[in-house]
Amino acid sequence: MRRFLIFMYFSTFLSVGAGAVLGAERFPPPEFVETHHQIPSPTLPGPRVDVYEYLDVVVLAAALCLSSYLVLKRRSRKWILGLMLFSLGYFGFWRQGCVCPIGAIQNVTLSLFDSDYAIPLTALLFFLLPLLFTLFFGRTFCAAVCPLGAMQDLVALKPMKVARWLESGLRLLAWVYLGSAVLFAATGSAFVICRYDPFVAFFRFSGSVNMIVVGLCLLGVGVFIGRPYCRFLCPYGLILRQISRISKWRVTITPDECIKCRLCEDSCPYGAIREPSGQWDREYYVKSKKRLGILICLVPVLVFLGGLGGWLLRGVTSEVNSRVRLADRIYMEETGQVEDTIDASDAFRSTGVKAEVLYEESAGIVDSFGRGGWFVGGFLGLVVGLKLIGLSVKRGRSDYEAERASCVACGRCFEYCPREQVRLKNLREAVGKA
Amino acid sequence: MAEDSKRSGRRGFLRDGLWGAVVAGIGGLGGFLLRKNSKDDTVWQIDPYTCIACGNCATHCVLEDSAVKCVHAYAVCGYCRICFGFFGPEPANIDTGAENQLCPTGAISRTFIEDPYYEYSIDEELCNGCGKCVKGCNAFGNGSLFLQVRHDRCVNCNECSIAVACPTGAFRRVSAKEPYIVKSVRHA
Repeated sequence: MRRFLIFMYFSTFLSVGAGAVLGAERFPPPEFVETHHQIPSPTLPGPRVDVYEYLDVVVLAAALCLSSYLVLKRRSRKWILGLMLFSLGYFGFWRQGCVCPIGAIQNVTLSLFDSDYAIPLTALLFFLLPLLFTLFFGRTFCAAVCPLGAMQDLVALKPMKVARWLESGLRLLAWVYLGSAVLFAATGSAFVICRYDPFVAFFRFSGSVNMIVVGLCLLGVGVFIGRPYCRFLCPYGLILRQISRISKWRVTITPDECIKCRLCEDSCPYGAIREPSGQWDREYYVKSKKRLGILICLVPVLVFLGGLGGWLLRGVTSEVNSRVRLADRIYMEETGQVEDTIDASDAFRSTGVKAEVLYEESAGIVDSFGRGGWFVGGFLGLVVGLKLIGLSVKRGRSDYEAERASCVACGRCFEYCPREQVRLKNLREAVGKA
Repeated sequence: MAEDSKRSGRRGFLRDGLWGAVVAGIGGLGGFLLRKNSKDDTVWQIDPYTCIACGNCATHCVLEDSAVKCVHAYAVCGYCRICFGFFGPEPANIDTGAENQLCPTGAISRTFIEDPYYEYSIDEELCNGCGKCVKGCNAFGNGSLFLQVRHDRCVNCNECSIAVACPTGAFRRVSAKEPYIVKSVRHA
């Protein structure tokens, strides 16, 4: 034991002495004169083969085609459910939820802002393909391809109605989420969508306790309020919503004509069905015209206030960036506000870079957060303004319709429509006639 | 299925225009990013020269069994009899008894080569990437033991949870063409 301790002391001194001169090579590697032992080299297994990634893209494209066909042509909830289960299995449990279009927003953003970052082809295609399909067929990606959507769709057992204004207000959460994801990705700080993915822990059967709890809560809420993540949080869903508004084709509840029987009225768990608008009375018309005028004037004010808010918050938002955090920590240590050091500050000091250089870098990052804050905040202000306008205008509608933006094409409403039953020959033609 | 572009009038025209603009936008974005995308794909890796073996790799990986394992650069190793990556701080005996070993899972084994040299190797199935041996080897030895992301295990997450938790920024993306940073004699 004593011999060992002596050796330990010796080697400690040796390490201090030799460390300065020779780096860390304290004991020269031996030459095996007796045995001529060959020094082995470590095994270095290669990364996953690209082929699988391209297979993912092919499966995605095929699933999108099939989903669009099932929603618009076949009009069968059963088949949609089947495809949903497949997607949950493949993209969810088999591929463990990564690559996904929701997260790809960040890769695309970073790729636009950082000249050194090249987006992987798979991530780019995962981002673009659902957009293209939505442009033609509506949100068929949300319907049966997205594993996150599928997970929530399966638990939507006792859906309740959410008031229009509340739904629209809650959706602001998603806009804030999208805005911050873009801000943090553009500044190269963090991929928050991936970090706070609520369901990926289920796909992998492991994850942080916090996210598992959040995921379970969302699923629990999802029993009563259909697809809470999709409706109130999903940033990619927001993009698809906007594109879906101008899609070439869309989901219709009835296969041919609406007989206004009101049978479908309560069939949608996601509150996407809009009733026909009644006659506008004259007084209401005058009142809402005035209100619209005020709201339109309010928009620039909201944009400015939002931008200002984003800029003022730069001190808080930039804390997400690890360099800024490090600079703050070093500053606190240098000025004696804290006594001890942390691993990160020790590691920084060992690089020999001057603290001033780090402060300058940090200030630059905070500046870019300020500029980004103007854009993101201003944009959020614009969204609030447009939401207010949207809530105060009445659209003329003659039929029961699935609203283009909110409809996730789950196909539940089809079978409620008597005209659909006629199409399926479950009812005689005469019954379906108005 | 309703085709809405048939809708006539101002609204239909606006919608068609917007539709075309979005198609052009998606195409333009795709084309721009594709042209930029002449670089290699990247994978996560640990820079062993910045790594302080804090132990986060063992606990923060999304995989049940961390993708980070200890790797041994045999060429850097001093083949010491008393290895501080192998033995605990005050071992009762200098033998391979489990109570003397530093590794919590007994993943390091040693074989006698010739006097006084021993060769140390790592059983990757047992290694949990905690980095205790790395710390010991860096402190008193040549630093031939170091942590690396094993790419047969790593699922290459978009945002690696370990990278977020890494205190020194040693965990970063490297080109997929050179996915490992192996310690060499020159650097050690």
